Amino acid sequence: MDYPLPTEKQGISFSQLQNSALFVFGLGAGVVAVIVFAAAAIWGSQMEFPIDAGRSVGARIDAVVDWTNINGDWLFSAIKIVVIKILITMEDALLWMPWPGLVVLVTLISLRLGGTFVAAFSFLGMMGMGLLGLWESAMETLALVFTAVTLSIGIALPVGVFAARNNRFDAVLRPILDGMQTMPSFVYLVPAIMFFSLGNVPAVMATIVYAVPPAIRLTNLGIRQVSPEIVEAARSFGTTPMQLLTKVQIPMAMPTIMAGINQTTMMALAMVVIASLVGAGGLGEDVNRALGRQEPGAAAIGGMSIVIMAIVIDRLTQGVVKKRQDALRGT
Amino acid sequence: MAQNSTSAVADRSAESEGLVVQKNLVKVEGLWKLYGENQSLATDAAGASITKQEALEKHRTVIALKDVSFSVDRAETFVVMGLSGSGKSTLVRCLIRLIEPTAGRILVENDDILQYDESQLVQFRRRKVAMVFQHFGLLPHRRVIENAGWGLEIQGISKEERYERTQTALDLVGLQGWEHAYPRELSGGMQQRVGLARALAQDPEIMLMDEPFSGLDPLIRRSMQGELVKLQRDLKKTIVFITHDLHEALRLGDRIAIMRDGQVVQIGTPEDIVLNPADEYVEEFTRDINREEVLTASSVMDKAEIVLLNSQTPKEALEILLSRSLDSGCVVNDKGECVGSVTVDEVARASKAGSTDLASAMNGSTKPVSKDTSFGQLIPLSLASDRPIPVVDDDGKLVGEVHREKLAAGLGSRNHINNVD
Ligand SMILES: Nc1ncnc2c1ncn2[C@@H]1O[C@H](COP(=O)(O)OP(=O)(O)OP(=O)(O)O)[C@@H](O)[C@H]1O
Ligand SMILES: [Mg+2]
Repeated sequence: MDYPLPTEKQGISFSQLQNSALFVFGLGAGVVAVIVFAAAAIWGSQMEFPIDAGRSVGARIDAVVDWTNINGDWLFSAIKIVVIKILITMEDALLWMPWPGLVVLVTLISLRLGGTFVAAFSFLGMMGMGLLGLWESAMETLALVFTAVTLSIGIALPVGVFAARNNRFDAVLRPILDGMQTMPSFVYLVPAIMFFSLGNVPAVMATIVYAVPPAIRLTNLGIRQVSPEIVEAARSFGTTPMQLLTKVQIPMAMPTIMAGINQTTMMALAMVVIASLVGAGGLGEDVNRALGRQEPGAAAIGGMSIVIMAIVIDRLTQGVVKKRQDALRGT
Repeated sequence: MAQNSTSAVADRSAESEGLVVQKNLVKVEGLWKLYGENQSLATDAAGASITKQEALEKHRTVIALKDVSFSVDRAETFVVMGLSGSGKSTLVRCLIRLIEPTAGRILVENDDILQYDESQLVQFRRRKVAMVFQHFGLLPHRRVIENAGWGLEIQGISKEERYERTQTALDLVGLQGWEHAYPRELSGGMQQRVGLARALAQDPEIMLMDEPFSGLDPLIRRSMQGELVKLQRDLKKTIVFITHDLHEALRLGDRIAIMRDGQVVQIGTPEDIVLNPADEYVEEFTRDINREEVLTASSVMDKAEIVLLNSQTPKEALEILLSRSLDSGCVVNDKGECVGSVTVDEVARASKAGSTDLASAMNGSTKPVSKDTSFGQLIPLSLASDRPIPVVDDDGKLVGEVHREKLAAGLGSRNHINNVD
């Protein structure tokens, strides 16, 4: 029921600790710098590191991935089935409607959430994609992105909520998320292929790893930002932690969570071309093929389609965010 | 007003006879709250004598509450007052366990709420107690009626019943017509009415109010205070009211506790606090208080020296007054209700005229006043009258009389004044 107040930590000793740690660190850095410069002066650029551990560490990671691949087979198969199922459902849903239906629908939604300009842009953009013969590719990409985003939300909400309620977990999570976001996205492709072979599934999985951090971060932030006075008032009436979460914290954090989902979607779209390297279809594959065949025109058309898609989705989700914010402000 | 002594008596008898019904609803015993490194100060012998400053410097520990004890009677408005940082908010939050105390007991109807597990605590917060906050704590995305119905909603009460009960509460605080507005559309005063309605909709026995009117401008604050007094007259809730404003405390409180550095330095009725401040700290608070508004007839009245019956003849009355060498006396009827007073001159004239009716003698009689009459009202009455003013209780029964000299003394120094208890 009672979450530890940040202020109840023993702030005094901590800041002192920080100061002395900083001092020791500075001293150590100075000593190291002197040694390095001395060594460089003596051996010049010929100097080698005493051992070369790159190979053996890499091999160790390989071994871990191999082991996981063999022993986690049942898990990966299960994930694969689920992801394929979602992908197919999404794609069927998108292709079920003849193109004029979808164009009209998206234009109307754009009109409502973004206004005339966004609506016009959506209409022209979608018509353009269709007229350039990219409709099916676009739908496949959309299905891929939506699947990755849906699964990302499924991961980000519970993880973000837990991080908001548990400072220690948050402290551990933060550097991991930083790493996930800065790691070149290519790196995720290798284990993704090993666990899920080629196709749309490893593409979705790699996309999730790359795109999920902002959704987690902003869910965490959004919940932490809910005014402590409101939380306190709600609790004083006998609100259970679950009610607090579903009726106070999540609704109030919604604009921030939506902003996270918006970013996650944009990052998923950025992964589209890279994901095609492991066999994902859609616009990414078109661009990739154009690269192989040295057809700059086709590459440009595919790339433009991705950009248009990103802009439309961005404006629509931001429209939702704004509506939520207005609702929270009570206007 | 004089609940102090009576409640103590009621307590003792209730305890000795093991009665379930007892007058005080909330009882706080030896409550401590420490923030920081040395939590054992609360139970140590060392803690008892340490000052807030020492604890902070030597033990890196903030003493927010230090050995606080008091009890609140049913239907009483108990005001806690003190400067910023004296521990008022901490105290009131401990009463609903938004803050966990370090040591001590909080008994509500003889149940130690600090022993409650999570589900008992939730039930306690849903049934027994409701809180009103300084910054309102309303949900911005919910309409007024949904905000005020919050407590009922989370109990799972059906929408119909919820709306009905919430509407009643909104009517009580004068918000009819605003049910579907959003908090942002309301002024501060009206937002706090929503906060008040939200608490009232729960129909709690105990209401905790942490500086509910401090954020409002002075005019609104005064009118909200007035409305709270009016509401309380009908609802008779047990209220713990936090404020840093002595005027507010005096206006609302049946009793007032004054806090400094986490300790309670004095508990007493408003008159008590003004007339007999326990130390310089309290006196400092009371310095700019207008005594005329705080002091009432009951704090300066004397026991009536003589009581005449209206069935007596003027002649009999004259004899009685002369035999006691008194200038005047109060007259009561056979039910004990005061009907006025007579002077020696009046009865002498009436008996000379041969009248047998004492009532006919009471020409210049002053009307009896209620014992809650303020000095401000008493003074002109007293100046216009040639005799002491009879004081009656709510039933019209004579309880004493006010002499002019006593009034003057009450306005000046605080000696020569009755201790109200
Ligand atoms: N979370 C906390 N950590 C450390 N010290 C705290 C904490 N909360 C309160 N305190 C300290 O406890 C003491 C009492 O605070 P409290 O908020 O109860 O005062 P208050 O009387 O309500 O003051 P105000 O009139 O400003 O609201 C203060 O000295 C404050 O600094
Ligand atoms: Mg306070």
